[in-house]
Amino acid sequence: MDFDFSPEQYTLRDEARRFLEQQCPTSHVREFIDDPAGWSRDLWKQMADLGWMGLAFPESVGGLGQSFLDLVLLLGELGRAVAPVPFLSSVAQAGQVILRHGSGDQQARLLPGIASGERVATLAVAEGAGTYGDAGIETRADADGRLTGEKRYVLDAPAADLFVVAARGPAGVGWYVVEDGASVTTQRSYDITRPIGSLTLDGTPAERLAVPGLDPGLRIATAALTAEMVGTASKILDLSVSYAKEREQFGRPIGSFQAIKHKCAEMLTDLESSRSAAFYACWAVATDAEDVDLAVAVAKSYGSDALARLGGEGVQVHGGIAFTWEHDMHLYLKRIKTAEALFGDAAEHRERIAVLAGL
Amino acid sequence: MDLSQSPSEQSFRAEVRAWIEKNLPEGWGTPAFKDPRTFEERVAFSKEWEAKLAKDGWVGIHWPKEYGGRGATYMEQIIFHEEMARARAPQLFINFVGTNLAGPTIMAHGSEEQKQRYLPPILSMEEVWCQGFSEPNAGSDLANVQTRAEDRGDHFVVNGQKIWTSFAHVADWCLLLCRTDTSVAKHKGLSYLLVDMKLPGIDPRPLKQITGDAEFNEVFFTDCVVPKEYLLGEMNMGWTYANTTLSHERGPAFLGHQIRFRNVLLDLFKAAQNTKRDGIPVSEHPVFRQKLAGAYAELEIMRYIGLRNITSILKHGRPGTEGSVAKLYWSHMVRRMQELALSVGGPAGALDGEDAMGRGQWQRGYLMSFAQTIAAGSSEIQKNIISERVLGMPRGETWAPREKR
Ligand SMILES: Cc1cc2nc3c(=O)[nH]c(=O)nc-3n(C[C@H](O)[C@H](O)[C@H](O)COP(=O)(O)OP(=O)(O)OC[C@H]3O[C@@H](n4cnc5c(N)ncnc54)[C@H](O)[C@@H]3O)c2cc1C
Repeated sequence: MDFDFSPEQYTLRDEARRFLEQQCPTSHVREFIDDPAGWSRDLWKQMADLGWMGLAFPESVGGLGQSFLDLVLLLGELGRAVAPVPFLSSVAQAGQVILRHGSGDQQARLLPGIASGERVATLAVAEGAGTYGDAGIETRADADGRLTGEKRYVLDAPAADLFVVAARGPAGVGWYVVEDGASVTTQRSYDITRPIGSLTLDGTPAERLAVPGLDPGLRIATAALTAEMVGTASKILDLSVSYAKEREQFGRPIGSFQAIKHKCAEMLTDLESSRSAAFYACWAVATDAEDVDLAVAVAKSYGSDALARLGGEGVQVHGGIAFTWEHDMHLYLKRIKTAEALFGDAAEHRERIAVLAGL
Repeated sequence: MDLSQSPSEQSFRAEVRAWIEKNLPEGWGTPAFKDPRTFEERVAFSKEWEAKLAKDGWVGIHWPKEYGGRGATYMEQIIFHEEMARARAPQLFINFVGTNLAGPTIMAHGSEEQKQRYLPPILSMEEVWCQGFSEPNAGSDLANVQTRAEDRGDHFVVNGQKIWTSFAHVADWCLLLCRTDTSVAKHKGLSYLLVDMKLPGIDPRPLKQITGDAEFNEVFFTDCVVPKEYLLGEMNMGWTYANTTLSHERGPAFLGHQIRFRNVLLDLFKAAQNTKRDGIPVSEHPVFRQKLAGAYAELEIMRYIGLRNITSILKHGRPGTEGSVAKLYWSHMVRRMQELALSVGGPAGALDGEDAMGRGQWQRGYLMSFAQTIAAGSSEIQKNIISERVLGMPRGETWAPREKR
């Protein structure tokens, strides 16, 4: 029985934290927030040099041959830093979908660029229905694989040059890769640390990935998001606790007031329970565990609620200072609130749980 | 990360499972079985069941072999509790304090003679123990215990009152925390006695609980003469020993509990499917469906938390910071689940007993869930511990009596 990460995985986490603290302080994050399509190509390049993009891809496509589990703590660090780079979408989501659903040939063609960081890929799933299950997919693929439809809430769309699109073809739903011809409209993201966009497909040429259906790709993408959310939330708690220890009112640190202490204890409980769920979901997708469907739905439904709650309390602990644009808290809060809504909100995943639990 | 089981763990599981299958009380779990309802019935039932477990060596399996235990590994203890829960076997009830609290405390701090005297009859289920810690003015602030044990050379004279003492009225022995020195800081003047409940001057009076049962008691000590040989360890070291006892209140039963709560929730799912609101089953009513699924998610997470804690214990020998967090999490999870259970019935939630949904099991379960957020360190105490010891936040006692302000 060992439900923990390996020493090597922890070492990578520590290195990532040090690197991001130096190379991606919030002053760097803020360089991009006025441009809705902005992201840090500089940081991306440095991350590529460190080999992070290739970590969980096979050596045959230029990766390092590690598993998805090796991405989990790293995603947490990127979430902690609200790093303005498309790592989640390109490497942990779209790339993993190609790995799970692509044929050997498709992998060999599409993954090397993603694994080296030269290309940026992203998933396009949700549409007008606002859900992430098969039923919400109306984008059509004709017999030649040409796609027609409207995709929304596409993370990092302005940064991407390769879209992995969920569409309904003659043989049911599946993933289609679009390399050229999609028209991207940048949208104003609530999470100002990373861009979002919509995608218009109008007879756009695409290639269907070999393995049909949206799962397990969708599951792995959702689990990856929960791993990142936990990282952002841990930063909110750390900031709140250290602020509560420093800030004095009534002649004593506010962290000595039980109302504040108990809030922080509840935040830690929300964080640790969400973290347990996210880790379990990531373990389940990495090992194709029997209860993987359930594990992912549990992690996303619970984490969406609990971590958003944690974010709100983080603002509350700070008082007026956190209400300013200048203070960093809103960067983290907006990241969490946005993640709460994407890849299935709490209600959508709870309905999934109801079905899985036989209700 | 590796959640697989070793071959020896698998064979231990099979052994436990086989024993349970063969030994569960006749008809247990079938509608025909007449569940023990009153406290007296439950005590009688539990004594019989636990004696059966004891006879085949399934009581105190975590005790070392030299004291009659099985010396089961931590994983084996977990598996034992899981299998008992899976089979919905009766829970350790009457002998909980003896095997889980008294035994380990005596093993850690008792003399050889005390170990020889006390340990075997705990394992054989011949003697029942109770925990006499809490007092009217020493609840969360346990170190404020006022019950006096006066040193009279070869014996103590005990005067005072305990409260909330579960099973005191049916117990043979008591773990008694009492004050032996009033001149020092409050946690430095406590001693720990192992007291025969049949001694003159001990008067347990059952308190009717919120459920209507009387499981816990007030216990009055009036000039009770307690022989010196009943002292555990050294004089005035009681606080340390009491902490040993408290550290055993939680343990490897965590995943077993999770399975039992899961059984409860699955029963609730059935009830929700069989109860109609506005002509549709409650389980299909969107609001309830969301809540029921939410409860299921929270319950799953209890298991994941358990897996992380176990890993931490196996690796580092302690549950890390997760112990208090885990207790806070699951105790409130259970309360939410039981609240939901009552609301599933709608107006039928207003009935109790034979007329109620589930013959009153949900009404009782709801009330019992408060025990978990109050006892074994209330939620507020857990939050103090988490904020001060885990998050390193400052202690904040600045209140002083009015005249001193
Ligand atoms: C079912 C049940 C069985 C029990 N069995 C036993 C037993 O067998 N033996 C035994 O010795 N005891 C037993 N107890 C007692 C249990 O340990 C106490 O109830 C518990 O320690 C709380 O003490 P109290 O009831 O005096 O509440 P109090 O300590 O008076 O607490 C009242 C409220 O104040 C809050 N509070 C107290 N201090 C603080 C603080 N510093 N900061 C913030 N909030 C605070 C508490 O959280 C609670 O909400 C049992 C209790 C129950 C419910």
